[in-house]
Amino acid sequence: MSRRPLPRGLRARLIVAFALVTMLGAGAASWASAESASDALVDSSQRRLTEDFAERIGAIAPTLTYPPDQETLDRLRAAVGPNTTVTYEDLRSSEGPHADLITDELLDAVGDGDRIATQRITDDGPWLLIGAPVMITAPDGTRTPSGIEVYAVRDLAEVHRQIAALASSAIGTAGAALPLSVLVALIAARSVLRPVRELRDTARRLADGDLDARTPPLGADELAQLAVTVNEMAESVQGSMAAMGRMQADARRFAADVSHELRTPLTTLTAVAEVLEDASGGMEADAAESARLAITEIHRLVRLVEDLMEVSRFDAGTVHPRLEEVDLAEAVRDSLRARGWLDRVETTGPETIRLRADRRRLDVIIANLVGNALRHGAPPVRIDLSASETHVRIEVTDHGPGLSDQALPHVFDRFYKADNARTRTPGSGLGLAIALENARLHGGDLTAGNADGGGAAFILRLPIGSEEP
Amino acid sequence: MADILLIEDDPLVRRGLELALSRHGHHIRAAATGEDGLADFEASRPDLVVLDLMLPGVDGFTVCSRIRSADQTPVIMLTARGDDFDVVGGLEAGADDYVVKPVQPTVLDARIRAVLRRGNGDGHGVSVHGALRIDTTALTVTLHGEPVALTPNEMRLLLTLSRAPGRVFSRQQLLEAVWEHDYLGDSRLVDNCVQRLRAKIETDPAAPLYVQTVRGFGYRFGPL
Repeated sequence: MSRRPLPRGLRARLIVAFALVTMLGAGAASWASAESASDALVDSSQRRLTEDFAERIGAIAPTLTYPPDQETLDRLRAAVGPNTTVTYEDLRSSEGPHADLITDELLDAVGDGDRIATQRITDDGPWLLIGAPVMITAPDGTRTPSGIEVYAVRDLAEVHRQIAALASSAIGTAGAALPLSVLVALIAARSVLRPVRELRDTARRLADGDLDARTPPLGADELAQLAVTVNEMAESVQGSMAAMGRMQADARRFAADVSHELRTPLTTLTAVAEVLEDASGGMEADAAESARLAITEIHRLVRLVEDLMEVSRFDAGTVHPRLEEVDLAEAVRDSLRARGWLDRVETTGPETIRLRADRRRLDVIIANLVGNALRHGAPPVRIDLSASETHVRIEVTDHGPGLSDQALPHVFDRFYKADNARTRTPGSGLGLAIALENARLHGGDLTAGNADGGGAAFILRLPIGSEEP
Repeated sequence: MADILLIEDDPLVRRGLELALSRHGHHIRAAATGEDGLADFEASRPDLVVLDLMLPGVDGFTVCSRIRSADQTPVIMLTARGDDFDVVGGLEAGADDYVVKPVQPTVLDARIRAVLRRGNGDGHGVSVHGALRIDTTALTVTLHGEPVALTPNEMRLLLTLSRAPGRVFSRQQLLEAVWEHDYLGDSRLVDNCVQRLRAKIETDPAAPLYVQTVRGFGYRFGPL
């Protein structure tokens, strides 16, 4: 047994796969573009802030007195903007709630160099720290640090808001692709699954015995080829079945025809057997015995052919029971009396059981069961009748050796002989098979087993049947 | 005992039955085809016809209908199949009884004798039931003064039922009393004979006055 995959149908699996691929693709593309866009945004914003910073310093620097006093530093700080700190040796001018965010790292970088230094920090939000030494340019063009250093803290929150908006719009784009991808997946699944489903339906109908089931192949893809193959298979199975059916019908018709053809000569033989029997008294001993042998065999042959015809009728399905109200105990007594078995069989059970049955077929079953018990079992042969709400039960037991384990599964087989040494019995070898068919014809059942006492026990169950309207 | 016309196409079966039935005391005339049989029937007017259903040319059903339309001579069918088609068809054609091949001559002889027996008068002479007058001594029936021709079976059925007006007879009892069949007799014989009898004595066979059906049990005569 293979493990059942999590998504059950092909359709579900296809849709999940489509959605996953779409989400991965859209997500990766959005992520990549959002990433590069945010880099560009941060860079340009940093550049703009830095340039603005440098411009403001550059604009005011020439007007500054040197060495600067506190007032000069304050002016410079005011020119650069809020959140700015200006230092010169021990002097310091600082304004703004975030001015003290300047790190030692930046202080070192500015102190050591002669250029603008920047740093991004994320203490309580994204900030850009800018620091620069103010340079003095000599008339010969050489630049020397003036000792004045300007530091500014600039808020990057706006940029980060823009980046967040970019990212969420990327997620939105990918999300919008999801229903679209499911829709596309549904259409694709449909186009693939419809032929698969049709094939499945066809296969199921074939399995149920409808050999006319076919799938019209659509297009020229692999599924269409599969449909063509399935159709060919159905065609070939149908052909074989038809051939088998014909052979079976032929065989059955042959059996029926043979039995029927045998009836005509048997009619003549049966007619003259009686004449012969009457006349055998005046024959010589060997002639009389020959006549009696011939007559016995004629009767056996008649019985055999009648049973064969009966079996043929069951095989052909042309048997219809003629149901009528039957008193069970009386029917059993009639069957026994007609065959002279009344004093050899002990019948027990209530007198009041009635059922709807085919009187003649019930007689056939009883005669076969009792005849079998009398021939193969040992006396006393017993019939026990009982009834439930819905069924009657007729148990025929004998006190012989019972049925062997090998014989038990075969007692209802046609021409089965339990005891090979005694192949010559008055029975046709079809009696129990016919009894079983008759039981089933009534919607009942016939089973064989062994009684507690050791003899064979045949149990016939027949439905009581509905009352005549 | 009786003059019997045997119509059977197979020569050996014909001869075998002829031999056996002759031994039971009957006088047998044999015919090989339906046409010959009908011609023989017209010429010899036998007491009873034993008729094979499977005949070349005019088949047994047709022969039976023609005989039945001519007079009340009893017909016993010989069927090789014993299936419903033969039995129902034969009974509808008017046959009085049927036997299945191969048949034991003693059985056939018993059927012949039963079918020929018209029944015994009970000594009461005439009984009158409405417009129906049954003379149990002369074994004649009149309806509104008109004589009604009945086959021996129909006569016996009517006598059996009318002897105890109002009493319900099961099909089984009637089979034993009229056809002298054993316990496995075919109840369709009774139903068929009742239908034919009603066609002859009932004003409206669909609403019978004399031979009434007791559903689930059988038949009874009257009450008027």
